[in-house]
Amino acid sequence: MSTTTAPAPAAGPAPRGLPDPAANVVRLPRKRRGPFLPIFFWVFLVITLLPIITMVVYSFNNTPTSRITFNWHGFTLYWYENLTQVQGLGDAFLLSVVIALLSAIISIALGVPLAMALERYRFFGKGAISTTVFADIAAPSIVVGAASLSFFLSTSIPLGFWTVLLVHVTFCLAYVVVVVRARLSGTGTVLEQAAADLGASPFTAFVKVTLPLLVPGMIAAGALALAMSIDDYVITSFVAGPAVTFPLFVYGAAKVGLPPQVLCFGTIIFAVGLLVMLLNSWLTRRGQKSGR
Amino acid sequence: MTALAPAPALPASPTMRQRFRRNPAPYLLALAGSAWLLILFVIPLISGLAVSLMTGNPEQGYTFTWNWAIYGQVFGIGSSNWLFLGRGIWYGLAATIVTILVGYPMAYFIAFRVRPAWKNALLLLVMLSFLVSFVIRTDMWAFLLSDQGPVLSVLRGIHLVGKDFHILGTDAAVIGGLAYNDLAFMVLPIYVALERIDPRLIEASADLYGKKSATFFHTVLPLTRSGIFAGILLVFIDSAGDPVSPSLLGGTHTYTIGQAIQDAYLTNQQYNVAAALSTVMMIVLGVILFAYARIAGTDNIEDLV
Repeated sequence: MSTTTAPAPAAGPAPRGLPDPAANVVRLPRKRRGPFLPIFFWVFLVITLLPIITMVVYSFNNTPTSRITFNWHGFTLYWYENLTQVQGLGDAFLLSVVIALLSAIISIALGVPLAMALERYRFFGKGAISTTVFADIAAPSIVVGAASLSFFLSTSIPLGFWTVLLVHVTFCLAYVVVVVRARLSGTGTVLEQAAADLGASPFTAFVKVTLPLLVPGMIAAGALALAMSIDDYVITSFVAGPAVTFPLFVYGAAKVGLPPQVLCFGTIIFAVGLLVMLLNSWLTRRGQKSGR
Repeated sequence: MTALAPAPALPASPTMRQRFRRNPAPYLLALAGSAWLLILFVIPLISGLAVSLMTGNPEQGYTFTWNWAIYGQVFGIGSSNWLFLGRGIWYGLAATIVTILVGYPMAYFIAFRVRPAWKNALLLLVMLSFLVSFVIRTDMWAFLLSDQGPVLSVLRGIHLVGKDFHILGTDAAVIGGLAYNDLAFMVLPIYVALERIDPRLIEASADLYGKKSATFFHTVLPLTRSGIFAGILLVFIDSAGDPVSPSLLGGTHTYTIGQAIQDAYLTNQQYNVAAALSTVMMIVLGVILFAYARIAGTDNIEDLV
């Protein structure tokens, strides 16, 4: 990597006052670059994808037993056709989906206004709320789970569906606030002011300007909330009581060997998630294009 | 709540902001969300402490008795809980270091070495793991790395490792699992910090005859400190308490504080013991992170949110 630094020709006259560094006029000078970084990136990316690939592939494995096995016995859709064959798995999956949808909706309903307050106003208690939101994300799941269980035990709230939902909304809420805040801080208030200048009432300005700007952020936040909720094991394990969510079922089954249907459900969640992710990035790109 | 959302003309400048100080809108907007956080996050954390001071047993229930002695019992001399706590912290630290060593170059690659059009796609690939339940992913690792599994079969087949070589049940397996699960939490904040760097600073360094390595260590690395800090925070806290990787990828010698808390609560129903364990863990993690924040820099914690 011995590079005598030939000054990049474009760099010199770049006007100093250019406000937007993201305008990507000048990037790092393109020079000889070792292959180390790309190789490093792709090797580790493949490693991170290995369990997912394994899951998808082995969900099609025609195993003779109803537990996943190492050997490949040929391609089959049998496990997908018999998704509900395993006692309790279908119910657990359904419960997880219901809880994920509800907690995404509730946490968006609570989180979007909170994010607007935090991002657009100064008010008493703002710092405390910001810190609480941060702590909610940063706190170890095991502590949050244990604390929530303590709370429900000391208030004699019976464990089950509702306690799982309450707790899921709580941790999703923090993520929604962070995502929506980031989105709001990116857009600024210029457009709302323009709307007001053009005679829009605050309500019209909100409906016609702020809300459409927020939609991609809300979809991203909702998708994140869905993913966090459907994925959570640690916190749920404390407050579930008799309720069995999908991760709880998987964890219990993992001790004795997974039935292949677990991989099928995992693959289905993965496929749906991928679709939502692609849709959102497409929407964002389209929004950016029409926004300019 | 949404009926309240139509915010009156938004404050445009600091001076206008002053005028809106007495505006009720932010309070109304924040009311429901912050009440939820107070009741279901802040109060439970306090009630965790309260439960630890109770006495009783699983059969007859627990009553609040200011039983501070529980901390002496749980963390007395010779108590193995210190070992479990220490192990959890060691796993957390090791996993954090691994994620930095792997995640930084990955983030750097996305930020500086690919065309802008590709960046989002690559970030999406890094985050793809989030779409699969981490219990399944961890169990897939257990499946892949088990003694009869594909990875070890291949390694044995080419005589790279001996017959009695294991991966599962070792510290390395647990640390690898933790690092794997949290890698994206390190890549994303570092990537954001790298993207914020003004390319002119890097050019300036080159113009001043800084070598590539000097540019990296004196310009790029210091400018991404906040990203690394955020990543460390997320990864360390999450992995130090995680009970899943140690129990699915580890063995009897990888028992951590996270598992101890879970077992005390859910298996043995020793609520006071479990609450004491979790309180101590929270305090120890808090002290470590506070000390780290003081030493590593004075980043405003709100900037990370």
